[in-house]
Amino acid sequence: MSETNTNHYVAKDFKSDQEVRWCPGCGDHGILASLQKTLAELDIPKEKYVFVSGIGCSSRLPYYMNTYGFHGIHGRAAAIATGIKISNPELMVWEITGDGDALAIGGNHFIHAVRRNLDIKIILFNNEIYGLTKGQYSPTSKKGLVTKTSPYGTIEESFKVGELTIGANGRFFARTVDYNLQLSNEVYSAAALHHGTAVVEVIQNCVIFNDGAHDFITNKETREDNTITLRHGEPMIFGKNRDKGLVLVNLKMKVVKLGEGGITEKDLLIHDAHEPNPGIHYRLVGMTYPDYPVALGIIRSIDAPTYDEGMIDQHVRVQEKSHVTCVDELLRSGATWKK
Amino acid sequence: MGKRLTVIEKDDVVIRFSGDSGDGMQLTGTLFSATSALFGNDISTFPDYPAEIRAPQGTVGGVSGFQVHIGHKQVNTPGDFADVLVAMNPAAVRANARYLTKGATIIYDSDNFTEKHIARAGYKSDPFIEDKLDGMHLIPAPITSIVREALKNTDLDQKTILRTKNMFALGMVYWLFDSKLNYTEEFIEEKFGKKPLVAEANSKVLRAGYYYAETIQAVAPSYKVSPANIEKGTYRNINGNQATAWGLLAAAEKAGLKLFIGSYPITPATGILEELALRKDLGAKSLQAEDEIAGICIAIGASFAGSLGVTSTSGPGLALKSEAINLAVMTELPLVVVDVQRGGPSTGLPTKTEQADLWQALYGRNGESPVVVLAAGTPSDCFHYAFRAAKIAVEYMTPVILLTDSYLANGSEPWRIPSMSEMPKVTVPWAVKTDKEFLPYERDPETLARRWAVPGMEGLEHRVGGLEKTIKGSVSYTPENHEYMVKMREDKVEGVVAQVPDLKIVGCTTGDLLVIGWGSTYGHIVTAVTELQNEGHSVSAVNFNYIRPLPKNTDAVFAGFKQRVVCELNLGQFANYLRMKHQKYTYHQFNKVQGLPFTVREIKEYCIKLLEGNSNE
Repeated sequence: MSETNTNHYVAKDFKSDQEVRWCPGCGDHGILASLQKTLAELDIPKEKYVFVSGIGCSSRLPYYMNTYGFHGIHGRAAAIATGIKISNPELMVWEITGDGDALAIGGNHFIHAVRRNLDIKIILFNNEIYGLTKGQYSPTSKKGLVTKTSPYGTIEESFKVGELTIGANGRFFARTVDYNLQLSNEVYSAAALHHGTAVVEVIQNCVIFNDGAHDFITNKETREDNTITLRHGEPMIFGKNRDKGLVLVNLKMKVVKLGEGGITEKDLLIHDAHEPNPGIHYRLVGMTYPDYPVALGIIRSIDAPTYDEGMIDQHVRVQEKSHVTCVDELLRSGATWKK
Repeated sequence: MGKRLTVIEKDDVVIRFSGDSGDGMQLTGTLFSATSALFGNDISTFPDYPAEIRAPQGTVGGVSGFQVHIGHKQVNTPGDFADVLVAMNPAAVRANARYLTKGATIIYDSDNFTEKHIARAGYKSDPFIEDKLDGMHLIPAPITSIVREALKNTDLDQKTILRTKNMFALGMVYWLFDSKLNYTEEFIEEKFGKKPLVAEANSKVLRAGYYYAETIQAVAPSYKVSPANIEKGTYRNINGNQATAWGLLAAAEKAGLKLFIGSYPITPATGILEELALRKDLGAKSLQAEDEIAGICIAIGASFAGSLGVTSTSGPGLALKSEAINLAVMTELPLVVVDVQRGGPSTGLPTKTEQADLWQALYGRNGESPVVVLAAGTPSDCFHYAFRAAKIAVEYMTPVILLTDSYLANGSEPWRIPSMSEMPKVTVPWAVKTDKEFLPYERDPETLARRWAVPGMEGLEHRVGGLEKTIKGSVSYTPENHEYMVKMREDKVEGVVAQVPDLKIVGCTTGDLLVIGWGSTYGHIVTAVTELQNEGHSVSAVNFNYIRPLPKNTDAVFAGFKQRVVCELNLGQFANYLRMKHQKYTYHQFNKVQGLPFTVREIKEYCIKLLEGNSNE
């Protein structure tokens, strides 16, 4: 893309003059850097970007982006982003949110934004904890997690972001990890270019209140065995030695070892991110450690009509037919009489 | 057409259509009102219906009513007492017996006055004797059986046939007023255009009712109310919700902005969203959100992106929106919040009127949260105040709450249509790129409004949000900065007084008693005070439409009177607000919290008590 980029931005152009106040070692720093890099590579004028957020550590991000930004109220970023995008469909609107912001207090707005398929990009930082309020469990905390508000462990099941997204008829879902700048960059670019609501779950480490929650994913020793990075059109293969893969048996995902029982690469599932039927995608986003590798990359990406386009179309169609073209005409439409 | 035996010529007449909530009384009332308005009468209407779509049939709780007051002179209220009652069943008689003038005419469907129906309405014997109505002009009409007979040779099912009963009653009332049927016939044709059989049946029954009344004319007088002598111009009928929606559209057009409503259905405000959803031809964008909070947040997002953001709601929804209103206070974005008040608290009386959200509008938020609060006085007035609300919101970069209520929203009156050229200008404080750094919270020295830079404008990138900011737009927890910004936002809203017109006094500027109202009590108060003046009392009235800030001449107006009484449909919210804002005066209170508007009579009686020094205050 950089060859055709007429704006010639570098990542630094997207840094605001505000001091970044996240904790040292926080995964958010990496996310910010990859986003700034992604924007520099896209061929979009800076003034067309809007970063919208709710409340929480993640939601401070708009202050650090030298673009238009709106730091909203808890849970409501999706609604604010909706108003911005429909008001001016030419803008590229990014919603920055967290697991508490998007899935607890803002759960309703999240599913409805996804359902409408508005062309907005939702980057959801999932650290499975409330950080800014200093360590309470969130809707994605693993069952049993001991926190300040669950001193004896939580007794709730947790949400999976991908399942909620697909359940709300989501057309784009990708997952990345905060430290993996290359994959993140790839995923954010794809989200930016996707036509419709894009949900990106970023597995993010809260170094203070939930440090190591994703260790099995981030640990250099084990991460390749515990995750699978999906690429459209390629077989579902993973592992440090690239000797493991995924197959479908009795409608369930199954991890197999290449070479064992005569299994070859040809027997593995081929990732089709563009398949409208969500069956396999749903299984992929639901895979959890230790039974399965955690799926990363672009898991689902379906092109479908967007809400903002639908509204424009409807306006054009109504305007073609209506005799009312200004308020004066509206006020005089229907039954009137002269005195 | 037969000769009329008795014709009573009157300045004004009140008609009430009343029946089960599925009997079509709202439509009947609306059609009669439109016909009268087209004839040239002044009108004022008041629909009064239960919250249930089909409440239990034949019970008093299920009665749906539509009252219309038609006049040869200006009418300001739907009237306290009805001269003509159309009662489709005994429950309708029971519900309205208290609200009839002496010698009123009661048209009723005698087929429905069976023992069973009479008992369901709570009567033990003859309803008319039990409620002492036997001295009225009673016109029994076997509406159900005539309608059945008239339509027996059609292919329509019984349910559809019985649904035309309201047209029969309407036809009878048209004869009583010597009205023309053409408007209603055109309406029927348009409404049932795709179902010619149904259209034909309704027209046939309408005419059958008219001729039936003509045939039995000896039993009741008919009425003549000559056209009103009102200002020249083009008129239309308009209700409060429609007027509100159109006023917002007018302001958006004047400002050169696109209107964007994010809203959620709630009685009695839904009509505003419905009306604006129709107006894609004018470029208005509407989104029915997933909840009240999303509605307002979508509107705020739209304003950030350069639209005129609007949200409409009622009291329970305003409560849900309060955090987001503060976001608009803090980000200093234009936003109009329309609160169509209903009976509260909680779900309260969803379809009834009340003025009890005043404090919620003024104070129902955390922190120092100044917003402009306006209140419309009549249904058509909603156009004007919606326009003003939007103008202030844009010019001062602030949320404005416009209070209307169920009475205004559903009530209608003829309205002289203004021309857009006579509406005031709306000046948008757009930010302009200069060599200097853009400071998002730098203010216009006169209005204290910040400049509006919207995404897409090159070089004006900035961040806003709910955290306290410096002029530069940086987050700041500095004590002095916070206090400075709090005071700036306060001063800005107080400064709106520059756009607030002086109060107009109805009557002399000095006297024994000043009757004070705000918002929708206008019509009843003015009617009561005018009648008192005509009876020789030293009484004047003022009605407040600007609640925050209050008009500049408030103090001077209050000073001219020996006593002041605040009449409002709550327990004294505005009276207490005035006690705080204008402390040197004492205020009597006249309050009503029944989900109903005032009657002219009760206001007059209370005023007379005060004038005679008999108040228990």
